[in-house]
Amino acid sequence: MPIRIGTEPLRPGKLSRSAPPLIWLGTNTCGGDAVSFLNSLDPGYLDLLRDLADCRYLYLTMTAEGDMATRILDEMLTTLPGKYILVVEGTIPTRSNGLYSVVGMRNGEPLTALQAVRELGTKARYVVAVGTCAAFGGPFAAMPNPSGSLPVQAVLDRQVINVPGCPVNPDWMMGTLVHLIRFGEPELDSFNRPKLFYGETIHNLCQRRHYFDNSLFAKQPGEPWCMYQIGCKGPDTFADCPYRQWNGEHLSWPVKANTPCIGCVNPEFPDGNAPFFEHLPDVRLPGVRVTADRVGALTAAATVLGIGVHLAGSILTGRLAHAFKQTFSGSGARTRLLQNLIQRFSKKR
Amino acid sequence: MPSKITLGPITRAQNSCSVEVTIANGKVIDARCSGIFFRGFELILRDRDPRDASYLSQRICGICSAAHGTAASFALEDAAGIRPPRNGNLLRNLILGADFLQDHLRHFYLYGLPDYVQGPALGPFVPGYTKGFRLSKKNNELLMQHYMQALEVSRLAHELVTLLGGKAPYNHGLLAGGSTVPPAPDILADFQSKLHKVRDFIKNVMIADINTLAEAYPDYYHIGTRTPNFLEYGLFPHDQYDRDRHFPAGVVIEGRMQKLETSLITEHLHNSWYAGNDQPQHPTQGKTEPDREKPGAYSWIKAPRYAGKVMEGGPLGRLWIRGDYRSGVSVMDRNMARVLETEIIADLMEGWLTELEPGAPVFNSFDVPREAEGVGLTGAMRGPLGHWLRIEKGRITHYQIITPTAWNFSPRDASGQLGPVEEALIGTPIEDEKGPVEIGRVVRSFDVCSACATH
Repeated sequence: MPIRIGTEPLRPGKLSRSAPPLIWLGTNTCGGDAVSFLNSLDPGYLDLLRDLADCRYLYLTMTAEGDMATRILDEMLTTLPGKYILVVEGTIPTRSNGLYSVVGMRNGEPLTALQAVRELGTKARYVVAVGTCAAFGGPFAAMPNPSGSLPVQAVLDRQVINVPGCPVNPDWMMGTLVHLIRFGEPELDSFNRPKLFYGETIHNLCQRRHYFDNSLFAKQPGEPWCMYQIGCKGPDTFADCPYRQWNGEHLSWPVKANTPCIGCVNPEFPDGNAPFFEHLPDVRLPGVRVTADRVGALTAAATVLGIGVHLAGSILTGRLAHAFKQTFSGSGARTRLLQNLIQRFSKKR
Repeated sequence: MPSKITLGPITRAQNSCSVEVTIANGKVIDARCSGIFFRGFELILRDRDPRDASYLSQRICGICSAAHGTAASFALEDAAGIRPPRNGNLLRNLILGADFLQDHLRHFYLYGLPDYVQGPALGPFVPGYTKGFRLSKKNNELLMQHYMQALEVSRLAHELVTLLGGKAPYNHGLLAGGSTVPPAPDILADFQSKLHKVRDFIKNVMIADINTLAEAYPDYYHIGTRTPNFLEYGLFPHDQYDRDRHFPAGVVIEGRMQKLETSLITEHLHNSWYAGNDQPQHPTQGKTEPDREKPGAYSWIKAPRYAGKVMEGGPLGRLWIRGDYRSGVSVMDRNMARVLETEIIADLMEGWLTELEPGAPVFNSFDVPREAEGVGLTGAMRGPLGHWLRIEKGRITHYQIITPTAWNFSPRDASGQLGPVEEALIGTPIEDEKGPVEIGRVVRSFDVCSACATH
């Protein structure tokens, strides 16, 4: 054997009593966030099973199937209300009464994701929406949103912690879970994302920022310069990819691979970030000097607020500036932002 | 008196699916396979920039995303009439190859093994079936230890994708025109060292483990059987001109080899939740109009057929066509072929690494055509994958996708022919109807990917 790893056998009864029960429910999903999560290095998936959580239901890897699996969900509602962490991966389709995503059978009838998330979400200690689909709708709610998909927050009247990414970086999800289990709720931003991971733009953290500042731009994918002109959404995207990087040993990230960031964590992904290889709109209005990172902060917010990007310049100087600042502080603002977001998705139905 | 069991969700199937079986005298006499969720990628891809498809279509599936990136890249290159540079082809082969290693490792250990091995009394290994397990205590413990190791080794395989594609899943290194990370010696050395670790595990552990399973469950060479009807589009182009592939394209009908003729591919909608019961359509003409209330339908998966015949795809079909493995078509043959294919791909990757030329180009730029059609065909982890694309006024106006699991897990077609998994389930002995462990063994031998199948 070349590598000696993970050889300590798993033993029952090793979990500490403080390890909370965990349900990871797959709704309308590709399974990419669960697969990405398996790429977590330290702590890894085994650490989660052994030390961190009592993993009752993990849709992707669990042994149970059929009624045996669905019964676990029912048991959580009756025996452990208010104790378990609910992780939801995927959108919640509403079309045909939710039948566009069925998670199992109950009493011979299909149990829809919509029903399951409403029931389980109401009685969970924490609800975590993992991946951009669960958090904001993502690719599966993209135009024309064929399944009438909504993000988790839109079907639950309670706080949902959003951990977006397409897929989620393993660290963002593991970090959020560890935070919840060991330290309680992490500090969240206006989109209910943990600030720990989504507090700064890609552009400001980028190793190639000096190329941007010195106008050294790549003309095609595969070149080692700034990717702004071939579509990089870094100025518009709040995530720590450049520092953290991806997978296991944290080896690379899209710009290091000489390709543009496509803004996969963003609330407006993918519709607001496409075409992926065309650059962000230039903001050139009289009397407004806009640098790329300000464009970013504003376009991100503006899209969510339903205001066209072309207004970003006037927000900066105009009478909307005050309202804009307010929206981004205080707990009432958070709710308003999310409501707005929800409205945006509801309109697509 | 026949009885019915509905197994939903079937977990460990890249999101979940559902199977309904009818059992009489201890054997399955009828089966219906259902895809139970729908997202609608063929509609979502419309009106977009054609270049976005190689990234966006990867979002169809979290475990075999590189296969979609490859098919989408091939389709746009076909439409634009361009080829990647030599390095570009090699890099794309390495990225897709690494994703194959990741996927086959995770399927064999994380998804498949719990059907044969009992895990510790700890979530998510419990609850589970309690009967029908045959490994000795020693071998059971050994294979569980390998399960733990496979968690690390499969992560390492995804790190290979990350080195050349920025992240995994949904890597950025697969696009029409080639790839994006120039083969610098430091990256190649890192890649090679990690590949050696993965390859050693495959050769020293995974191969031994499938033999242990096959010895303990020899009757599974006679369960889940089918006539050898296979379809494969070809996997890993030899060079940038794509004149032939390392795993060749081909068709096997009742055991006889034939040349692939893609015009014979059609999709039936009869038992699927899509509007229309018309004539089956070739994917250049196919439609996707979801209708969950369609009477009589039972799946979100369409029913693809080749010359009207029910075809199976996957490692077994590929090795059969390549001439490497032709001993049978059963649960254990499928599992065996998947492990053998993992080893073959790891060996091929070693070769591709040495063929890369540091300093030579990796990407050819091109103009997106205003009006064009293209098709991208590749082998994917579970069998043949095709993307059919039409571009008008520089935007996508038509996109149809036929995935391997659509072939394998398809429902009945208009003439009532069962899909491959449905066929394979018939005759499966069920020892205990309260714990039908045998059903999952048949279904998972196809490595069902629910996310791809419905897309």
